[in-house]
Amino acid sequence: MRSYTFRKIKNRIMVSLAYMALIIALIPLASILIETILRGLPAMNFSFFFEEISPLGEPGGGIGPAIQGTLIVVALASIIGIPIGVLSGIYLAEFRQTEIASIARFLNDVLTNVPSIVLGIFGWTLIVVAIGWSVIAGAVALAIMMIPIVTRTTEEAIKLVPTTIREAAIALGVPQWKTTLTVVLSSAKKGIATGILLAVARISGETAPLLLTILGSRFWFSGFTEPTAALPLAIFNFSQLPIDWPRVWGASLTLILMILLINIIIRYVTREKYG
Amino acid sequence: MKTNKKIPAFLLKLRRIFKGRLSGDSAFRVATMLIACNIFVILGLMLYNIIQNSRLSIQTYGVGFLLGTTWQPFPPNPNVLPSFGALPLIWGTLVTSAIALFLGVPVSLGIALALSEFAPKRFNYIVSFFVELLSAIPSVIYGLWGIFVLIPFLQYNLFPILQATLGFLPIFQGTIRGPSVLTGGIVLAIMIIPTVSAISRDIFAAVPNSQREAIIALGATRWEKARIVMSYGRSGVIGAIMLGLGRAVGETMAVTMVIGNSFNMFTSLFEPGSTLASIVANEFTEASSPPVYISALMEVGLILFALAIIVNASARLIIWRSTRKVKEAEMIR
Repeated sequence: MRSYTFRKIKNRIMVSLAYMALIIALIPLASILIETILRGLPAMNFSFFFEEISPLGEPGGGIGPAIQGTLIVVALASIIGIPIGVLSGIYLAEFRQTEIASIARFLNDVLTNVPSIVLGIFGWTLIVVAIGWSVIAGAVALAIMMIPIVTRTTEEAIKLVPTTIREAAIALGVPQWKTTLTVVLSSAKKGIATGILLAVARISGETAPLLLTILGSRFWFSGFTEPTAALPLAIFNFSQLPIDWPRVWGASLTLILMILLINIIIRYVTREKYG
Repeated sequence: MKTNKKIPAFLLKLRRIFKGRLSGDSAFRVATMLIACNIFVILGLMLYNIIQNSRLSIQTYGVGFLLGTTWQPFPPNPNVLPSFGALPLIWGTLVTSAIALFLGVPVSLGIALALSEFAPKRFNYIVSFFVELLSAIPSVIYGLWGIFVLIPFLQYNLFPILQATLGFLPIFQGTIRGPSVLTGGIVLAIMIIPTVSAISRDIFAAVPNSQREAIIALGATRWEKARIVMSYGRSGVIGAIMLGLGRAVGETMAVTMVIGNSFNMFTSLFEPGSTLASIVANEFTEASSPPVYISALMEVGLILFALAIIVNASARLIIWRSTRKVKEAEMIR
């Protein structure tokens, strides 16, 4: 039998190691945020957000087209991905015992974990081969990334709706499909909105799928079948040359702020649910 | 009667068949089912398309593709066929992932234990938000931070110390370079921490309290309690680690930016390298000229796809089985 002192000391050491692990994990986070803010803020001014991107290696210029491109691609991906994701989620939750649902649920998890670069390759084989580097190809690749996330969170949100609410509606003679589309969806809407925001936050920072689909450009948006710029792509390109350092941090700060904002909204929405 | 004549006979027949059956409910069910089946179409098409596009490379190089160690899309002698071998890429992927697990898993388990067993609840809520923020940061920003903040620190501070103390090991010999396999592994370790720690925390939280109460009643310390919790959730934690591995294997941008992108069978971790994902990101947009080049990159993507699916599917299976075990144990109680 080990002495009590030995066990107590071991306990102290292991518990403090666990807390130390927490601190170790937060150091990179703090470092990323602080460095981006310190190096990015000086680059930011009014024209930075609205000017065209100057050629690689030439100082000055803004990131206007990149912001515009990201907004357009993400919006288009959401238009494709959200309805498909939400309706699939409804099926998985409402008919959860069916065989199709359990297979689809499993494959959904698989798709969530397909590397993003593979989605880029898929977008390339599907659309770029046919119509060339384009906004549509990028949006499809991002939508495919979005669908499993939205499906999953919609399913979880609907499962949380109390059966009593559903029973009340059915007792009033409302058919099941109408119950689902009105009563159930409206009581699950916060959870679904959270899932959608989560998916949007996730895809707006993605670079790898866009690299193989929208290619990147220096100019303003010029059509859905043309290549376009995007913030993550611009960051990747700027990081290759030393002269672009102020710009790259400005662009990163912009992207982080966008994603942080979405995450804070998510926290706010979910907090209300439990409060 | 007049309108009835205008309806073709087969429609009337259809209406008779479906009369009373085609209610709103079944229509709704079929419609959502068809949409939920998108997943079969997406994954099927993905597999088919990628295989179809890498067929040229598969036919030209066969198994040699997996074992070859040269990557020469434009050979100096134009009469020689371009040669592609993916072994160094597979090697790079395995080594960086192994480093990521070696460094990231202990930290993740520490976090999971701290949050589920040691720390007060209020603290828990705030800290888990920050840990989750780590996973919200885009990988291209990890890469950027890796280039400008992490690499200078590692190259001039940590790596020389490593070489001075552990230099007798072959993996820490040779010239120290900033963009290297070890740097890639360290960035990956940071990136898998949120995944592994969040899932492990949930698994520890699902361990029934009776286990904790029993060991505490025997006079255990907090650490001894944590050990019981860990051994109870062991298989689930293994699943969480596998999911982290899946993330490390597929991670693209951050690794591409810090690994140095050289094609070699490295032996020292200070050497630059490449991974399956990084070579696709790096060369795909420029690989238009020989069709076999793009096909070879497609085959690299196919290997990556297969690797990721195997790792993730087994992770899901392990997690699913372990949570079922916990649920069954609760039901018996």
